[in-house]
Amino acid sequence: MTVNGRTVDADVPDRTLLVHFLRDVAGLTATNVGCDTTSCGACTVLLDGQSVKSCTVLAAQADGHQVTTVEGLANGDGEMHPVQRAFHAEHGLQCGFCTPGMVMATVSLLAENPRPTEEQVRTGLEGNLCRCTGYHNIVRAVLAAAEGGDI
Amino acid sequence: MIPAPFTYQRAGSVDEALSLAAQGGDDAKFLAGGHSLLPLMKLRLAVPEVLIDIGRLSELSYVREENGHIAVGALTTHHDVANSGLVGSELPLLAHAAGQVGDPQIRHRGTLGGSLVHSDPAGDLPAVILVLDATLVARGPSGSREIPAGEFFEGLFETALEPGELLTEIRIPKPAQAGWSFQKFTKRAIDWAIVGAAVQGDQVALVHMGSTPLRATAVEQALAGGAAPADAAAHAAEGTSPPEDINADREYREHLARVLVARGLAEARSRA
Repeated sequence: MTVNGRTVDADVPDRTLLVHFLRDVAGLTATNVGCDTTSCGACTVLLDGQSVKSCTVLAAQADGHQVTTVEGLANGDGEMHPVQRAFHAEHGLQCGFCTPGMVMATVSLLAENPRPTEEQVRTGLEGNLCRCTGYHNIVRAVLAAAEGGDI
Repeated sequence: MIPAPFTYQRAGSVDEALSLAAQGGDDAKFLAGGHSLLPLMKLRLAVPEVLIDIGRLSELSYVREENGHIAVGALTTHHDVANSGLVGSELPLLAHAAGQVGDPQIRHRGTLGGSLVHSDPAGDLPAVILVLDATLVARGPSGSREIPAGEFFEGLFETALEPGELLTEIRIPKPAQAGWSFQKFTKRAIDWAIVGAAVQGDQVALVHMGSTPLRATAVEQALAGGAAPADAAAHAAEGTSPPEDINADREYREHLARVLVARGLAEARSRA
């Protein structure tokens, strides 16, 4: 599969989950395993541009497809993606464990709806849990990223 | 958690999927979006030895109008159903309910057909398909057959599909009465419905009030007899056998059914 623009080619057991492929084979450990039950969204990545929970996708299902993790958002010069900048500026995190998933879910949300209302942001991120309950700043960050208009 | 070992096979066509299923026998299962099956496999509640990935059969992902009904390919994702202009204009109940399944990530992967063949009585879309009088089209080794939604759901995780049969299309007639409503009572946004109600005109189906989705027959009969919606809704729990679990006992589910059907009928009428 292509991960963050790089071809990653490996033979893995059939039951390998995408999140383990990304972490253990591709060496991209920003994507976290949280609940492991399709609930918390910590493992959210983009599959062909759409947010998915990588604990509930087989690596084999992503074979030949484009996967983007949070490591793939910054540009070649290391400049942060507008969503990352907004999370930084609005302090859209507390412990940070949910942040990679929140950021990837936000990128997908804004791709589908570039100017969401606050309510649309809250429902659009319903698949991502922040156990620090730091939702207010996360929502502010998403709205700020949308207002920036350069997603 | 990872699933027990299995052999992964990828089908390149419906015919190949059927042939692989015939070879795999009882130990094989089809894999579409995987958002019902893979969680069960991780919990070892399902332990198939062969998974036949049909997820790339793009010929089963479509929405089109045919002979007065809307045909939806079984592999159309919830996201695509919810955002289809055709579904939105002709079947707004289905478009809305598909947009309520799980969360955005789940809707990007989960499919209408997968949700139906999983036959979870707490699932949203089986009740919607039931209330819309849909017909399900299945293909097997001996050809295609049509199954009315009312005969499709046989029990908890059980459908009328024979081993080796694949659900390929859902055909939904254009509703005769326009008003609709979908009521889903959950504790958290992404949870399964504790109870739900799907309303299209004077037709009503219930989520999680038995081992299958149910038509609220007593409500429909009361409406046909001229009862006011609020009075008809009082019959919502009749003929049901709701499960008891950590979220609700039987009495509470019966109460929820009456409340949600009353709200659903009122909202449907406001949209008619």
